[in-house]
Amino acid sequence: MTVSITSYLMVALILFCVGLYGALTKRNAVVVLISIELMLNAVNINLVAFSKYGLYPAVAGQIFTLFTMTVAAAEVAVGLAILIALYRNKETVNVDEIDQMKR
Amino acid sequence: MTGEFAAFFILSLLTIGGAVFMISFTRVVHMVISLGVTFISIAGLFVLLGAEFVGVAQVLVYSGAISILMLFGIMLTKHDAQDEGTGRKWKNRFILLFVAGLFGLLFWGIQNTPWPAPPPPVASSVSNAKEIGLEVFTKYVIPFELLSVLLLVALVGAIIMAKKEGDNE
Repeated sequence: MTVSITSYLMVALILFCVGLYGALTKRNAVVVLISIELMLNAVNINLVAFSKYGLYPAVAGQIFTLFTMTVAAAEVAVGLAILIALYRNKETVNVDEIDQMKR
Repeated sequence: MTGEFAAFFILSLLTIGGAVFMISFTRVVHMVISLGVTFISIAGLFVLLGAEFVGVAQVLVYSGAISILMLFGIMLTKHDAQDEGTGRKWKNRFILLFVAGLFGLLFWGIQNTPWPAPPPPVASSVSNAKEIGLEVFTKYVIPFELLSVLLLVALVGAIIMAKKEGDNE
């Protein structure tokens, strides 16, 4: 029994769906950020899997994965900074209480 | 039952288990710990796929930096925060239905696509890290340099954003 590309794609699919569900249902903004990281990781698994099992195996998939990681790290840093500024002004981290632009 | 299959089974089980526990825990700190398990298992999957450099970068960046950054974010806001999810039942059910539909669609797509047969393993003469280095500094130089500018902008932006307002000396 060998591991095919379908197995890796299934793991990534489950991870992506769990992340999507968490990002849409959770209230705490930190948890929403964590869920987005989970979705980005699912994409990384797909990229690395195709860099080995794709039609033309190349190292480009791994390089794209490194780029995705960098952008994800920048996103988390800026997201948490926004969150801390928001907590200082509003005393809350729940995403459904941050609705100034709706009113 | 080869060793590769056993390793893949254990690592994918840990990955998905960490993610599912992350969703079902209520305390935010426990969520981050379970997320660390997921990240380390994904690094193992990368090593299994022959991408050692990406695997090590995953351990350093995700389970090292991002988990600690998340813990800092939790400690600087509400450190005993709990998340029970949105209180509205109909919204949660609708989202569950939507995600299940997406899962079914992609599952059908993955199972019905004729994937190319796995290529015969070629014994590469250069190591994985050297291969990546050669590609990055020849073909992907400009994206690489742009990425360094992006990191600098994100660093400065995060500091300005998190700084106390009103103390402009």
